[in-house]
Amino acid sequence: MSVEFTKLGAAAIASNVRAGDVSPPDMVRASFNRAREIGVGRDTLNIYLHSDEKASLEEAEAMHERMGSSADAGVLAGVPVAIKDNIASLGLPTTCASKILAGYVSPFEATAITRMRASGALIVAKTNMDEFAMGSSTENSAHGPTRNPHDVRCVPGGSSGGSAAAIAAGVTPLALGSETGGSVRQPAAFCGVVGVKPTYGRVSRYGLVAFASSLDQIGVLGRTVDDAALGLETIAGFDKLDSTSSNVPVPIYRLSALGGPPPDSKSPDTEAIRIGRSPVPLPPPPTSKTLEGVVIGKPKEYFPESLDASIRDLCERSLDRFRSMGATIRDISLPRSPLAIPVYYILAPAEASSNLARFDGVRYGLRVDPGKGLKAMYEATRSQGFGPEVTRRILLGTYVLSAGYYDAYYKKAQAVRTLIADDFKSVFASGVNAIFTPTTPTTAFQVGAISDPYEMYLNDIFTVTANLAGVPAISVPIGRVRRLPVGGQIITGHFDEYTMFRVAYALEAGLGAEAHQ
Amino acid sequence: MAVTREDVLHIAELARLGVDNARADELTKELSAILAHMDVLSQVDTTGVPATTGIGGEGTPLRPDVGVPPMMERTLESFAPSMRDGFFIVPRLATHEDSAESGA
Repeated sequence: MSVEFTKLGAAAIASNVRAGDVSPPDMVRASFNRAREIGVGRDTLNIYLHSDEKASLEEAEAMHERMGSSADAGVLAGVPVAIKDNIASLGLPTTCASKILAGYVSPFEATAITRMRASGALIVAKTNMDEFAMGSSTENSAHGPTRNPHDVRCVPGGSSGGSAAAIAAGVTPLALGSETGGSVRQPAAFCGVVGVKPTYGRVSRYGLVAFASSLDQIGVLGRTVDDAALGLETIAGFDKLDSTSSNVPVPIYRLSALGGPPPDSKSPDTEAIRIGRSPVPLPPPPTSKTLEGVVIGKPKEYFPESLDASIRDLCERSLDRFRSMGATIRDISLPRSPLAIPVYYILAPAEASSNLARFDGVRYGLRVDPGKGLKAMYEATRSQGFGPEVTRRILLGTYVLSAGYYDAYYKKAQAVRTLIADDFKSVFASGVNAIFTPTTPTTAFQVGAISDPYEMYLNDIFTVTANLAGVPAISVPIGRVRRLPVGGQIITGHFDEYTMFRVAYALEAGLGAEAHQ
Repeated sequence: MAVTREDVLHIAELARLGVDNARADELTKELSAILAHMDVLSQVDTTGVPATTGIGGEGTPLRPDVGVPPMMERTLESFAPSMRDGFFIVPRLATHEDSAESGA
């Protein structure tokens, strides 16, 4: 079971559960067996921060009794899922890998988790991350770095490094992460898995611990494009508990593998697929017509001369596959993208300095009281509770919002953000359907290799623009360089996840086994 | 624009973050180095460009402007550092020590 489990996608596991071939407790046991086999604890890969095998098994057994092998057991029936530690869960702690929230168990649950559980998913663990999602390597965790399953000397990327490593290690087929500037796609690329950041507003942020509210989105990681599509379908859609969530209808992203436009989402056939009663038809193998009529933009700013030649070669191989499947490749420009890192590292810390003001030792989490009054309690709690990077960003954010610097930094960055988003709008308005770029400028680097904060920030250089513009983007494995995985990024227009998945499915099928070679 | 040590101590106080002397020196260098990379933005002409204050808005209906009671599955007492009679307990607001520190 263990060997088979590490290769099955989420849809296949759910299908086997619904057919009665395996049970939800079987799947939970397989997940924990694999976790023991590969080592997810602090002394090994350091992927899990919190898990409770007994409670997960009890939940699986209760579900088994309730649903049996019913066709209505849900699209994620019996699928073990790992959750980033900044998404509020009822059973397990939610600590954002921070000392300031050590031991905190949320009194409510994130909408994304509620929806996954309603579809039959079983939450098995909370995963390691950069503290409060601030980082690109998972080294900023109060619990020490997660290790990359492909090479334990290397980081898994971040901030959703634990979730990406869980997929790469075969512990779960599906995981939730969160993005503010690339925190799902970058670790997905480093770990050789698929990671998707949806359009801003596509997934409810209710229960996601706020970092930078105008940028944050929950994202999905999986072994395959199909896992990511199924996961996103499950959690996407309007939620009255998040007033920035959108009521734009959610198509069945898995059907994009068949090509063409989304089918009528209200038809009974489509609804049967959505809830798992009918299977998704098997997509045909890729042909020269798979991407006929699709225009894919190649932005010159994302292929600078300094780009690692091996990563460039793998991107060119992917572009060749797109061509051979009938797509047109068009050279484009997103001229303001080089400004994205400065803009992001003003706006995100500014919003964070406000959002993280709530961690003050009063209502929950750590309190350090030196006995010298309220202000001293605030200062002692926050200085001992937050790690160095979180402290740095709160101060950076406070500085750019403070009197005298607000216009020069914060207001200026907001205006340049508009220009960056306008670049994307112009490209999509010109007839480009999707944009293809490398996800990261390098492969995974070694733990401890980057000590300069700004050098670390540059890891987000190709991912952060999608967050600033609010558009969806996905990272898909496109090969390896010196044994380490490389990701290719596909970006589409607002709420056009369907086209993004269509192109991603085609790339995955077009590359076949080469995606991991 | 270089950040001074006084700036760091000032914003640390605004952010209610205790920063000792050695750390203040490190942060002065770190923040100055980071902000030096931001100066490129001053060269961008943003005349007449509206600020992005939020992204999206498509399909986000307005809700009634009333608070939604939180759905709590656990009591406040189960996670608050200190509570009594339904209120959060905090240290006293001001002391002579506070006045002495802020005046120093």
